[in-house]
Amino acid sequence: MHIPDGFLDAPTSVAGGVLAVAGVAYCLRRASTELDDRLAPMAGLVAAFVFAVQMLNFPVAAGTSGHLLGGVLAAVLVGPAAGALCVAVVLMVQALFADGGLTALGLNITIMGLVTAFAGYAVYRALLAVLPRREASVPLAAGLAAGVSVPVAAAAFTAFYALGATSDVPVGTVLGAMVGVHVLIGIGEGVITGLTVGAVIASRPDLVHGAALVRRPLEVRTQAPAVPAGGA
Amino acid sequence: MGAGHTHALYRDGRSPLHRLPPQVKLVAALSFVLLVVATPRTQLWAFGVYLVLVLAVAAVGRVPLRTLRTGLLLETPFVLFAVLLPFLSRGAQVEVLGVSVSETGLLAAFNVLAKATLGTLTSMVLASTTSIRDLLKGLERLRVPRSLLAIAGFMVRYLDVVVGEMQRMRVARAARGYDPRSLLQARAVAASAGALFVRSYERGERVYLAMVSRGWTGAMPDLGTPAATAADWARGVVLPVAGAAVCTAAWVAAR
Repeated sequence: MHIPDGFLDAPTSVAGGVLAVAGVAYCLRRASTELDDRLAPMAGLVAAFVFAVQMLNFPVAAGTSGHLLGGVLAAVLVGPAAGALCVAVVLMVQALFADGGLTALGLNITIMGLVTAFAGYAVYRALLAVLPRREASVPLAAGLAAGVSVPVAAAAFTAFYALGATSDVPVGTVLGAMVGVHVLIGIGEGVITGLTVGAVIASRPDLVHGAALVRRPLEVRTQAPAVPAGGA
Repeated sequence: MGAGHTHALYRDGRSPLHRLPPQVKLVAALSFVLLVVATPRTQLWAFGVYLVLVLAVAAVGRVPLRTLRTGLLLETPFVLFAVLLPFLSRGAQVEVLGVSVSETGLLAAFNVLAKATLGTLTSMVLASTTSIRDLLKGLERLRVPRSLLAIAGFMVRYLDVVVGEMQRMRVARAARGYDPRSLLQARAVAASAGALFVRSYERGERVYLAMVSRGWTGAMPDLGTPAATAADWARGVVLPVAGAAVCTAAWVAAR
C-alpha cells in the first residue's frame, strides 16, 4: 500500500521527505560502520530479496490480499539500520518505476521503512527479553513483532493523515479502518515472517542478525584437577 | 554487464525527452508533481490544464497512451478509497443521482483521484523515457549519497536474478503438485523465502569477494556523468514553469 501523490497535502509530504532524509542518513551511517566496504553488495542483494519477497501475496479477507512489507523480516535478518535502509532503497526504486507517488516517497519511506523496522525491532527485542533465551524464541518473537509492526505503521499513517489530510473523514474513523484492516494483514505478515526466520535459523543461524541476542558465549568448562587423596 | 538493466516501463527511443539529461527530468517531474499537489482543489479547471501539459510532454517523448493506461492500474486501491470518501465525510449533503452524499467528500474524492492520477502519469512518462541506470546517474548528479545509489544499483542489477530464483522455486513446488493458496499453508512459502534469503546473502558475499579481488575499496568509481547544459535546463524548466503558472492562477482564482 504505497501512498500516492495528493493523498496528503504538500507541507506534510515535504515534512515526510525531511524525516526520511534524516532517517536514511542515520541508517546509512550505522549500516556502513557495521558492514564497512561490504555495504553496497550485501545491502543491495538483501534489498533485491525484500523486493522479491514483497511479491508474495497472501489472502486477507473477503477476496482481498495483502503482500509482505518485509520491514521486520529485514530488520531481524540484517539488523534494524541495514534493514530499514534496504526497505528505503526498495521504495525509492519502486517510486522510480512509478509505483507510489514521487512527492509521497518521503512519507512512504518514513512509514513503511523507518517506523516498521525500528518499532518492529524494538518490539522484537522486548519480546526476546521475556521469552526463554533460546534460538527457538527468535522466530516467535520475529513473527509477533512483524504482526504488531503492520498496525503500528497504519497508526503512523493515521498520524500523518491527522496532520495533512486532504479529506475531512474524521481521524477516528480512519484510525479504526486502517488499524482494523492492518491487524488482518499483520497476521499474515507475522506468520510468514516468523516461519521465514525459522527457516533461515534451521539452515544458517549465523546469518540471522537478531539471533545474536540469544546466542550464549561459548562456555569452556574446565574441571579442577582431582587431588589424589592421602597425598603422595 | 549484459543487456541494459531496464524495466518493463522503459521504451528505448531518440525523442528530445529521451535525450534530456536525467537530472533535469527528475527535477522537472518532482517539482511539477509538488505544484500539482499544492493546487487548491476547488479549481477544477487547473487539473484539466495539468493533464494537457503531462499528455503534451508524453507526446514529445512518444510515450504510447496504452502504456500510460496500463500504469494507471497501480492506483486502483486508492480509487476504491476515493469512492468511499463522499459517504464517509461530514458536511453539507448534496444529491447525486438520487443518493445523498457529502459535498466536501465529493471534492476530496476528486482531489485524491486527480492528484494521484497526475502524479502517476508524470512518473510513468519519466520512467518510460529514462532507463533506471540513467535515473540513478541523475540522482548522483543531484548529490544523493553515492553509497545509497550503489545499494540501489546492486539491487536493480540482481533483481531479475533473485526474482527468477524465486519463480524457479515456485515452479519446482508446483511441479511436485503443491500449490499453496491459504495462509495455513504458509510454511512452504516461508521455507522458500528463507532459502531465497540464504541464497541472496551468500550471493552477496560471493559478489563482494569477487569485487575485492578486482580492487574494490568500498566506493563506486565516478562514472563521469556529464553535467547538464544551460540549454538542457532551459528545456527542462518548461513543464514546472507552466505548472507554476497554473498553480499561481488557481490560487489567485480561489481567493
